[in-house]
Amino acid sequence: MTEMLAKNNEVKNKVKKQKKSQFKEICMRFSKNKLAMFGMIVIILLIIMAIFAPFIAPYSYDEQNLKRSNMLPSRQHLMGTDNFGRDIFSRIIYGSRISLQIGFIAVGIGVLIGGTLGSFAAYYGGVADNIIMRFIDVLLAIPSTLLAISIAAALGPGLTNAMIAVGVGTVPNYARVVRASVLTVKEQEFIEAARCIGVKDHNIILKHILPNAMAPLIVQATIGVASAILSAAALSFIGLGIQPPIPEWGAMLSAGRTYIRDYWHIVTFPGVTIMFTIFSLNLFGDGLRDALDPKLRR
Amino acid sequence: MGDILLKIEDLAVSYTTDNEKVRAVNGINIIVEKGETVGLVGETGAGKTTIAKAILRLIPTPPGKIERGRIIFEDKDLLKISEHEIRKVRGNEISMIFQDPMTSLNPVITVGNQIAEGIRIHQKVSKAKAEILAGEMLEMVGIPLERFNEYPHQFSGGMKQRVVIAIALACNPKLLIADEPTTALDVTIQAQVLELMLKLKEDFNTAMIMITHDLGVVAEICDKVAIVYAGQIVEFGTVKEVFKNTAHPYTKGLFAAIPSISGQKLKRLHHIPGLMPDPTNLPLGCQFSPRCNCKLECCDELPSEDIYINENHFLKCHLYAQKQKEG
Amino acid sequence: MYRYILNRILMMIPVLLGVSLVVFSMIFIAPGDPARIILGDTASEEAVQELREEMGLNDSFVKQYVRYIKNIVTKGDLGTSYITQRSVTAEIADRWPTTMLLAVMSVILGTFIGIPAGIISATRQYSILDNLAMILALIGVSMPNFWQGLMLIIVFSIHLAWLPASGFYGPIYWILPVITIGTGTAATITRMTRSSMLEVIRQDYITTARSKGNKESTVIMKHALKNALIPIITVIGLQLGRGLGGAILTESIFSIPGIGKLMVDSIKARNYPVVQGGVLFIAIAFSFINLFVDILYAYADPRIKSQYSRKRIKKNSEVCND
Repeated sequence: MTEMLAKNNEVKNKVKKQKKSQFKEICMRFSKNKLAMFGMIVIILLIIMAIFAPFIAPYSYDEQNLKRSNMLPSRQHLMGTDNFGRDIFSRIIYGSRISLQIGFIAVGIGVLIGGTLGSFAAYYGGVADNIIMRFIDVLLAIPSTLLAISIAAALGPGLTNAMIAVGVGTVPNYARVVRASVLTVKEQEFIEAARCIGVKDHNIILKHILPNAMAPLIVQATIGVASAILSAAALSFIGLGIQPPIPEWGAMLSAGRTYIRDYWHIVTFPGVTIMFTIFSLNLFGDGLRDALDPKLRR
Repeated sequence: MGDILLKIEDLAVSYTTDNEKVRAVNGINIIVEKGETVGLVGETGAGKTTIAKAILRLIPTPPGKIERGRIIFEDKDLLKISEHEIRKVRGNEISMIFQDPMTSLNPVITVGNQIAEGIRIHQKVSKAKAEILAGEMLEMVGIPLERFNEYPHQFSGGMKQRVVIAIALACNPKLLIADEPTTALDVTIQAQVLELMLKLKEDFNTAMIMITHDLGVVAEICDKVAIVYAGQIVEFGTVKEVFKNTAHPYTKGLFAAIPSISGQKLKRLHHIPGLMPDPTNLPLGCQFSPRCNCKLECCDELPSEDIYINENHFLKCHLYAQKQKEG
Repeated sequence: MYRYILNRILMMIPVLLGVSLVVFSMIFIAPGDPARIILGDTASEEAVQELREEMGLNDSFVKQYVRYIKNIVTKGDLGTSYITQRSVTAEIADRWPTTMLLAVMSVILGTFIGIPAGIISATRQYSILDNLAMILALIGVSMPNFWQGLMLIIVFSIHLAWLPASGFYGPIYWILPVITIGTGTAATITRMTRSSMLEVIRQDYITTARSKGNKESTVIMKHALKNALIPIITVIGLQLGRGLGGAILTESIFSIPGIGKLMVDSIKARNYPVVQGGVLFIAIAFSFINLFVDILYAYADPRIKSQYSRKRIKKNSEVCND
């Protein structure tokens, strides 16, 4: 009996070691990809910027100074000021908080709802699958920009509503990804084996199926944060979602629109920031995809 | 001693991936005469497919590299001629059949057109004529003409392989390289396809290099056989010689591993212990010595040379060389 | 084959009904009283209540929804615009061709740039050209198209004065907006073409094609491309749909009188019938585009053609950034 237990422990340790070395291998593969590392560093910097915004930004984001409005970039104002005399550089730094918040929460909503729907649909199949996928089809029938805009219009302005609107817009995507992964894993024999020895359904989904379906989901989620930030910016650009004076990058673009003839800097900097953020997120996501499954090597 | 059709001299091929260099082929010599069938036998990873692909220069050259050697075909060194010239050889004078029929055919082109394409590349005929010729090839491999416009996925594995054979033989090549053509098929289909190949070989008098790991196939269809191990030919000779007077310890091991239907049935299957050497880290001396149970001291340090038993049979083995010196 | 098409069209109906329900519900919960919006803030409370009765706004949700659907199905009546009092259908019909033109041109531009770029990238993998193309494509995908539009206006309309910044009266007006939407499309198609080609080039049948003595260009253009193009068709179709979405913001920036601008203006003005009708219309158009793409896909891939599959054809959404 003790012999069995000892062997059991031995196996457990071997498995743990393998998992650790698997993780190490993935990290190694990722670190070889210079562009992906660049993306990751930028994102980390962005997160730091968001957390320590009050310490980094030279001015507050709503500090108006009408005597110094619409000034081009100078040493005092690295990115110039907007039409209310607010420092654009500081607003962009504070804006990172909003964008990252929306990005992660919206994707969180999408993954949670979409992922649950997708795994249910795939695991139980049949009628449940049909109903859920029809519902997803309905959401998919509307181009996602339009969907987010419509939901935001229906819910009204505000940060929370913007997050919900963008989040719901991403649900169909994650539902499909998770459903596809679960369907593939479901067919494999070890699931049948687990069922044979009596593992309960929810345990099968949580412990056996989901870990294997993680990889595509993680990649999609990373790229999804990028999409969410874009969608949120689009929403504020139209005037839905975030309201002034909150310095969301898209809102800054919208506000600066009327001044592009004479003051190009008001729209340029927020736009470049958005692009750079999305670019880095995409690099990171691509790198993750390549590292998690080398067979998918581009 | 007939006319020599193809002569491979000291061919060495390597693949470089990331930081490792895989030495797939390490100095082999093969001679194929007109109308002759030479078998290349060896385990997976021995380098057989690399040899085959090297002949037609199908090895992708970023990771792959021809380290040295010559492949003489009709007075030309295939490794040195221009891209334009080797294209004239491919599918025309030398054809190749690949291992997995399920993936060797283009899924979006009809089988008939895939055969006709080969004809049109090398022969100046009209599209209509090429299709007629392709149809004839189709029938020759036993597929009804009505199926000309069907797609590969509509055929079974064995029939797909027949199509592949038809494509390869469409321009009546002098040499056919068959890379494990029956490995992916059931045994009964295997027999059919082999029979077809034998018949076509006789009809067209095509020389053939038959790559296989199945000694039974060698016995049935080959005139000569080369045993490949770790990128080298460790034994070569006529089938009769190699089967009757097996000389190399590895070859002996291969034969011993075949289950016998006669004699003592209850014995455990014999196997050669160990694995083939890591191609990124080949041993210094004889490649087989780590696994050999009759090795001498020099085997681990000195690479072995070709020792001729008679004009139809040579091998690479220090032990044999020693025996030959003694006796 | 026809059974498959019919089947798909039949399946579209419940989906579209679902869309109409979703759209109707969203408008239902949206803030603002339609009657008040029409009459304005100065109107009296009685007038507003009277209008509410007249418009049937006090009926139950279900009753209003059923009435809505009935109107659409029997009369093609999507409602009346609160602002112009014209029928929504007329408003949409006026603007639809413009948006369609914009979307189609953007996809054409994207395809003409994207596919060759993807092929070159794939055949010269890891070369400088490949890396450059990949980075450019990634930038194209990452750039918010409303910002890109503004930047183009700043450079080409304001500073260089080469191209107009608004309106849609002739070919010269098309250039900037089409580039704005088209860059994202080109970027996505480049990435998709590259990855699809790379996968195909790895296949055994490509080696077979080479072993027959084909020129490398034939191997790529005939054997590889034909196979690689199949999933790309789906992406192109999706990009057309995305073009409809992208048009929403681009039209606002360039003041193009299309459906996108109509949507944005109507949302701001709380002109709900137009929003409702517009979203429904776009959803219908989008569904038809998807259906068309699926049919094209089935035709292009002989494996599917020969078995008008019961399964839904998986679309490659991995690279599709909306």
